[in-house]
Amino acid sequence: MANVWFITRREFSSFFATPVAYVFIAIFLMLSGVFTFFIGNLYERGQADLIPFFNFHPWLYLFLVPAMAMRSWAEERKSGSIELLMTLPVSIGEAVLGKFLAAWFILALSLILTFPLWLSVNYLGQPDNGIILAAYIGSWLMSGAFLAISTCMSAFTRNQVVAFILAVVVCFLFVVSGSGIVLDAFEPWAGNLLLDTVASFSFLTHFEAMAKGVLAMNDVGYFLIIMVIWLYASLVVIENKKAD
Amino acid sequence: MISVKNLSKHYHHFKAVDDLSFDIAPGNIVGFLGPNGAGKSTTMKMLTGFLPPTSGDIVIQDKRYASDAKAIQRNIGYLPEGAPAYGDMTVWQFLHFIADVRGLKGAARKSRLFDVIGRVELADVLNRPIDNLSKGFKRRVGLAQAILHDPDILILDEPTDGLDPNQKHHVRQLIEDLSKEKIVVISTHILEEVTAVCNRVMIIANGQLRFDDTPNALRHQSRFCNAVSLKMSYAADISGLAELEGVEEMEIDRKTGLVTLFPEPGKHIFHVINEYVTQRRLPVETLTLEQGRLDEVFRDITTREVSHG
Repeated sequence: MANVWFITRREFSSFFATPVAYVFIAIFLMLSGVFTFFIGNLYERGQADLIPFFNFHPWLYLFLVPAMAMRSWAEERKSGSIELLMTLPVSIGEAVLGKFLAAWFILALSLILTFPLWLSVNYLGQPDNGIILAAYIGSWLMSGAFLAISTCMSAFTRNQVVAFILAVVVCFLFVVSGSGIVLDAFEPWAGNLLLDTVASFSFLTHFEAMAKGVLAMNDVGYFLIIMVIWLYASLVVIENKKAD
Repeated sequence: MISVKNLSKHYHHFKAVDDLSFDIAPGNIVGFLGPNGAGKSTTMKMLTGFLPPTSGDIVIQDKRYASDAKAIQRNIGYLPEGAPAYGDMTVWQFLHFIADVRGLKGAARKSRLFDVIGRVELADVLNRPIDNLSKGFKRRVGLAQAILHDPDILILDEPTDGLDPNQKHHVRQLIEDLSKEKIVVISTHILEEVTAVCNRVMIIANGQLRFDDTPNALRHQSRFCNAVSLKMSYAADISGLAELEGVEEMEIDRKTGLVTLFPEPGKHIFHVINEYVTQRRLPVETLTLEQGRLDEVFRDITTREVSHG
């Protein structure tokens, strides 16, 4: 387990050695501000909560998380350092987990740095801070699901652009699987059971309650399972394709 | 101890490594020779557990990759082809990361780090990102990484590629200074390197083992081995040389005027020729005992058609 921590630390400092982390955090903060105030109308609503802020998170993550994760394995493969990593006494599982955690911590950091918004609503009114904290945790969990998918896509290819596009597409399918875009394709032929199953994969549906501060067991469990499945898929992909 | 049996690696229909079997004992410094694409790197990748073999068996210190990958890899230092590293890290950060993963702790860690940095001469570039280093330095960082934990087995894929002659000499020195109880496997294109540092040569071509013996034995395969060549200052009658005892053949290069005398197998003819030359007071400018031409032997071994079966 110590190895996971070493890998996480290496990846984490690598995010800051390159401008990736700074750019990511800066863009995340800017966009979340823009969405919250201009599109979400935080002031005009006249309510002391952060729901407009959290509602835009799935759409922010949709592009930003794949951009952050696209290099994680594609770059290793391109530079050949994967050969170094895989011949060190580190298992693939440890490497996958270590890389994932490093990026997930960056996401946590980005979320923490949105604290001025929290200060603002506390200055303007009396929001329920428990709800806000729960929504933050929910958002972080969801970002982990985006990240696990993007990690897996990065493991598929040595080309970062391909990894990015694949990740955006797959993440998009998960985001909208509860809406007509995906369901219409199933509606003509699939039974209700399948339709409901597909709809239940939607990040939006699961995040809806979380954004309002409800951390239900099934929503939390859903995002955790998504993470585990996609990280395991990454492990299998790397195991089989590490030398290609 | 490394024991390899019937090792093969196929990519679709291409046989990169074809039925290799060999044992390497502690103390062996093996030079792995072969033309580009012969399967050297593929073999090394399998020895280090990066690539799974298509078929065959690799046993390293009584362990197999299927069950004990980590335990094996702890005892191996590996410099992959091209010396890949994490380019955005500084040399110092990178070596620390490797020390962490290799499980080095406390005082041992410190002394190993300083020892290796000194040996590979990295002190001047410790705080520079690896991406900004020259090819020679990158290679040395790769070497430092490989020897950091003082492994029993060292596998180096082209360790001197891209180094200048001084650095090459330095790396050879480094390899010679390692403990005599280690296994070292070096792949290279440079034939002189093999005779300089290795005590065993393995030549592979088309994925097959073509030669496995000492560098001396390799040299003995050359028809120039123990031949005597001489050069005259001016023309003289040398026909008598060809008649000397033990001389099988005489060749004269018309362009350079170099005369080469080949011995009968197993005979030493230098002293006979030397005596003859002095007695007759032949105008000999240089008289050399040939060591055998490795490049010729190499070409011969690697291009030879091998009969199957």
